[in-house]
Amino acid sequence: MGRYIVKRLLAMIPTLIGVAVLIFLLLRVIPGDVVEARYMTQGSQFQSQELMDIERHKLGLDQPLWRQFTSWMGGLALLDFGTSMWTDAPITQEIKLRFALSLQLALMASTIATCLAIPLGILAAFKQDTWVDYAVRVFSITGLATPSFWLGSLMILGMLIIFKWVPPMVFTPLWVNPWDNLAQLIWPALAVGYRYCAVGTRMMRSTMLEVLREDYIRTARAKGLWTKLILTRHALKNAILPVLTVISTEFAFLLGGLVVTEQVFNLNGLGMLFVEGISHRDYTMIQALVLLVATTFLFVNFVVDIAYGWLDPRIHYR
Amino acid sequence: MAAAPHTVDELGHATEPSGWLATVGRFVRRRPLGAVGGALILLTAFLAATAHWIAPYDPVANDYAAMLSAPGAGHWLGTDAFGRDVLSRIIYGTRTAMTVGLGASFIGATLGSLIGVSSAYFGGRTDLIVQRVMDVFFAFPVIILALAVVAILGTGAGNVILAIATPMVPRCARVVRSAALTVREMPYVDAARASGFGHRRIILRHMLPNVMAPILIMATAFLGEAILLEASLSFLGLGVQEPTAAWGLMLRGAAVEFAETAPWMAIFPGLAISLAVFGFNLFGDSLRDALDPRLRSH
Amino acid sequence: MRNHRWLLALVACAALATPFASRAQQPHYGGELTFPVPSEPPSYDGHREETFGLIHPIAPFYNTLLRVDPNDKSGTTPYPSLAESWTVSPDGKTYTFKIRAGVKFHDGSEMTSKDIKASYDHIIFPPPGVGSSRKGQYSDVESVEAPNATTVVFKLKHTSGSFIASLLSPYNFIYKADILAKDPHWYETHIMGTGPFIFVEHVKGSHLVGKKNPNYWDKGKPYLDGFRAIFIRDSAAQVAAVRGERAQIQFRGFTPKDRDNLKAALGDKITVQESPWDCILMVGINHRLKPFDDKRVRRALTLALDRWEASKALSQIAIVKEVAGVQVPGTPFATPPEELAKLAGYGHDIGKSRAEARRLLKEAGVPEGFSFTFTNRGTPMPYEPLGVWLIDSWRKIGLNVTQKVVESAAYFPTIRKGDQQVHMDFQCGYIVQPDLDMYKFLSVSRNPANYGFYEDPVLDKLYDQQSQTTSIDERKKLIREFEKRVLDEEAHYLMTLQWHRIIPASSRLHGWTITPSHYLNNTLDTVWLSP
Repeated sequence: MGRYIVKRLLAMIPTLIGVAVLIFLLLRVIPGDVVEARYMTQGSQFQSQELMDIERHKLGLDQPLWRQFTSWMGGLALLDFGTSMWTDAPITQEIKLRFALSLQLALMASTIATCLAIPLGILAAFKQDTWVDYAVRVFSITGLATPSFWLGSLMILGMLIIFKWVPPMVFTPLWVNPWDNLAQLIWPALAVGYRYCAVGTRMMRSTMLEVLREDYIRTARAKGLWTKLILTRHALKNAILPVLTVISTEFAFLLGGLVVTEQVFNLNGLGMLFVEGISHRDYTMIQALVLLVATTFLFVNFVVDIAYGWLDPRIHYR
Repeated sequence: MAAAPHTVDELGHATEPSGWLATVGRFVRRRPLGAVGGALILLTAFLAATAHWIAPYDPVANDYAAMLSAPGAGHWLGTDAFGRDVLSRIIYGTRTAMTVGLGASFIGATLGSLIGVSSAYFGGRTDLIVQRVMDVFFAFPVIILALAVVAILGTGAGNVILAIATPMVPRCARVVRSAALTVREMPYVDAARASGFGHRRIILRHMLPNVMAPILIMATAFLGEAILLEASLSFLGLGVQEPTAAWGLMLRGAAVEFAETAPWMAIFPGLAISLAVFGFNLFGDSLRDALDPRLRSH
Repeated sequence: MRNHRWLLALVACAALATPFASRAQQPHYGGELTFPVPSEPPSYDGHREETFGLIHPIAPFYNTLLRVDPNDKSGTTPYPSLAESWTVSPDGKTYTFKIRAGVKFHDGSEMTSKDIKASYDHIIFPPPGVGSSRKGQYSDVESVEAPNATTVVFKLKHTSGSFIASLLSPYNFIYKADILAKDPHWYETHIMGTGPFIFVEHVKGSHLVGKKNPNYWDKGKPYLDGFRAIFIRDSAAQVAAVRGERAQIQFRGFTPKDRDNLKAALGDKITVQESPWDCILMVGINHRLKPFDDKRVRRALTLALDRWEASKALSQIAIVKEVAGVQVPGTPFATPPEELAKLAGYGHDIGKSRAEARRLLKEAGVPEGFSFTFTNRGTPMPYEPLGVWLIDSWRKIGLNVTQKVVESAAYFPTIRKGDQQVHMDFQCGYIVQPDLDMYKFLSVSRNPANYGFYEDPVLDKLYDQQSQTTSIDERKKLIREFEKRVLDEEAHYLMTLQWHRIIPASSRLHGWTITPSHYLNNTLDTVWLSP
């Protein structure tokens, strides 16, 4: 087990280097750079080549690509994430607050999704092909089908018109003021959680159906729901695992992928930072963000795998 | 409920004598939700195909005299900020949605399954390298990949299709690969290899058809997702561009701003997206149940 | 709460003391002004940046040499700030400023002419390796001298009709000479000024706070206890902030619909100020590509536009309104509407114009249904609605136009390559001033930002003449001629509509006047909140 963990952790490194190379190159292919974004987008006509050269030199953008890449990697090896090309501030400082917001939102949404998905999925499986099953499936598929930005806009507008109330504009960390914090984050968490609960519910339903199909449960079919539930209890653990996998995999995407939702709910999270970074051509920032999300993704996958082995005695790692 | 365990494999053995129409009939009876989904898909396809006949107005013609009219006799679903008929734009919007949806899921599923099957077939070092590359794409946030592709190639329907298809490739490849791994061990693949057929022929003729079920399921799931992702990209201004009629575009900018005074601008296109995606997902779900209840992809 | 009661007491006293004076005119002390800013400042250095995202939150910490009169709606009248007064030598090449005494930086040190010289040197003659964004605008300055503590002298290479106007730039913060000498980059990441407010904190990705400077040189000001700038990208959320009374104003501008919604929801609690906005989108036509090298085709493109109808219709849905030439309507050098109507594409009879457009196209050999691509920028407001309007208008003269939208930051790099046929171009000034506003139209050899890629020596000559003349009437005449040439005869560029700035603010907010520029009048020293 110990050797397996080390092996898995080491296996992340080539993937992360691949991600780093990919984002590094992608960014350099996109037209424009941070200096252009800073001076050419306001329509100003007075900018000189001299100014652009000075700024590019300052940021090291005039150096050959391999050198830019190795100096980035060198910094990373020393846990130095560098400074934002747009603001000159350390990236850790720029990300800190936004990361707290995104992390909390992702956790809240995942919790909502898990709490809804497991009971709903089990219920639907037990009542397969009845109106209960249909209702659950329609509910969950509606969640998948509704654009969350649209749902979000309607929610905000509804609150504004009906209650004449808007959520707080600025993120307050939970430990500073829990009330303000929740008043801002609960709405996007619901909008996003609904969607991810749909993903989880479908998974729960189908794994549960599999469990129900096992012979000893089939024979207990006549004995009513309660008996069946007791009988399935042990199997349930195995049925829930894939659901947790799905939700935790989505969790990593929630962390950095809520671009549109953050826009609609005016949340200054990592997704918004991505969009800003792209529009400012802030290479260092985007690189750091992509690596952060990729690392989280790989790490969550790793944890899920380990959890599998721990929870399911049938699986042995070598 | 009682019949549950038996119905599951019904479509899997769809070669029963009763034929094509009867199969459809059975599907409708046994899987009413799937049938509703199928009907929604047919409706969308029908609207897309006949948009130029049934749309009451030119979807791109501005009419400032009719700006922001409420739904009524002249304009059933009202008009937008330029006086364009919302109904006509929704009807024409099905074309954009279908083009982008079909295009992206076709490219994503085709490329993904080719990569997945080849990777499984060749195995060994090739498989390992392909898997590592797929891992890289996997770990990349979907929307960021799409953002980057659009930023490099520019906006417009063609590029949006590519942007949406790109993140689908590794997902499809992973699922298809695991299905293909079992197919590889089948006797007929060995037989084909023994008869000296080329790699291409074995992959295309012998392996691919046998992993069609997961591919079909992935493709249907992608369709709905692609429509949704296109709407998101258009909403961000990175998708299809004005004056083309597209649902996500109709929800952008003005629709939010006018949501209070002209709610029809925001509600109807949103409903159109939801219904279409709903249809694809409903159908896809039932298809999955029917084809392979054990497939855990989503 | 205690604070609140104190405020009430103060109001009561004020009311008792001046029973007959209008309450609205009586500035009230205290309160924190909260306003959303649509973008976050990249750095704090005004000499380096180009965005209102810097001005709105950072300008209150600084003073400039001169400023625009905070009560002047046209935003053009020079007004003393750190300079109390100034004189111009008879030859028009030497400007002498008398610097205010007793002004202190926030660290308590004295501000003198030395700091002003150092700041302007930083802008005009930056040391090697330091970028200055506005160096080009001061190319006619020969030297800046500080002969004594209260005098600063600017020497110019030749006379200029717009030098004073260029000193009104809201970006030219006065920095501390000692700090600049030690580290010319210090101001990119720090704040140290003489302004009415003192920097408190900036939480990245969230907000920036300033508090009252109790030792401000302008006694009695500022009125506010402080301000809080909140960074909100999304415009709907900005509106919601004002509507939910979580903010009092947003200084950039809202859309007409937002204004109507706010007014409908809050009634008298909202006061709206409007002004033509010194920004305009224009259509650039690539003179290097056929058939756009033919001026008949270019004129047809402008003749197809019904600007008067658009002014009525689009002003309900976008931040544009006035029909304009090369100067902001209503400002001193602008062409009056009746005369403007004589230009091609500005007439009131659109049927006639479009018939003429079709005739010109036919004459130029452009077939019915000719297709071309219009390149637009991926910024929603007002690029998107204007793009829809243009394409629809061109359809009406038998042209088939597809729109290609390029992501905002990639836009100018793309346009500069010069592959586009017709594109949307943009001009925005911090002050209405012909030299700044018309520079855009000069030949590409003089102005590399001319993305129509044409050479027109006649036009260049008109520009120089109007710039150097000292007679206002003469200048008006020359600008008229320039305008007719660029928009009508040669149709090098086509104007869309002038932007229109709409600022709905809480009726509690007083002492702030709208100007045609969202860069001006943001020092907040005169602003106060009624209880």
